[in-house]
Amino acid sequence: MSGRAHAPATGERLPTTRVTIGRADVIRYAGASNDFNPLHWSDRSARAAGLPGVIAHGMLTMGIVARAVTDWWGDAAAVLEYGVRFSRPVVVPDDGEGVVLVIDGEVEAVEGREARVSLRAAVAGEEVLTKASMRLRLPGPDAGGAK
Amino acid sequence: MPLNRAIVGRELPAAEPYEVSLAKVREFALALGADDPVHRDPEAARAAGHPHVVAPPTFAFIVTLAARRALLDGDELGLELPRAVHGEQAFRFQRPIYVGDVLTPRCLVTEISVRGRNEIVTWEERCTDADGELVCVGTSSLVSRGTAPEGAER
Repeated sequence: MSGRAHAPATGERLPTTRVTIGRADVIRYAGASNDFNPLHWSDRSARAAGLPGVIAHGMLTMGIVARAVTDWWGDAAAVLEYGVRFSRPVVVPDDGEGVVLVIDGEVEAVEGREARVSLRAAVAGEEVLTKASMRLRLPGPDAGGAK
Repeated sequence: MPLNRAIVGRELPAAEPYEVSLAKVREFALALGADDPVHRDPEAARAAGHPHVVAPPTFAFIVTLAARRALLDGDELGLELPRAVHGEQAFRFQRPIYVGDVLTPRCLVTEISVRGRNEIVTWEERCTDADGELVCVGTSSLVSRGTAPEGAER
């Protein structure tokens, strides 16, 4: 997957992506990221911190949103800048089902060889990321493998 | 206890260089459900014009883990981790991170501000490659709950 069939246009929307996050996904991310903060695996610790239960790593949510964007973009190496604010913890119950992260976005601007995409990520209708945006390199002859 | 503002603006010593391995990038991509073959297959990555397998962008946060630990767990900043909540995160890339990169992370606290009873600490994590070229800069902020100095509320 490298390059898209067409260049994005201002106002183009990402297809809505729904990603289920279960307890096993949070534990897997803990191992993959070496972040073993007990808020991400111990309900006891999470409750002691005033949370209803184990929460997903903010970086897991941020990472899932990034790959939803790069899958749509068609180039996993096109990210120039990416930023988010973590507005609400994603509580992941140990119920065998987990929660559904709903990701939306829109191309805000296309300038030169770059595009800026604004992003939304919500669980049960409540935004878990705000101020989320990504700047991506447009596909083209000078794209790909910048070094 | 308020955070120690004397740390603002001073770059901390570099952490040990981090060698980006194929196994770790594959494991990380799998944990995100990132199944683009450029994250796991060297041939697919080269066919797409890359020197090696491409790490997902937020892999940068793994590279800088040791440098961040030294900052957040160290005595100098005065942070109590159980009070801390990740507030914001951003990354800027000069180029993607590739398997085989040997990256050196450095932390620099850029601001400690007060919001209500909380303090917000903001820092940068810069990664340079084996040639000394800048690869990416992470900007992070943590909310330190309830540690604002007396009389500093605003």
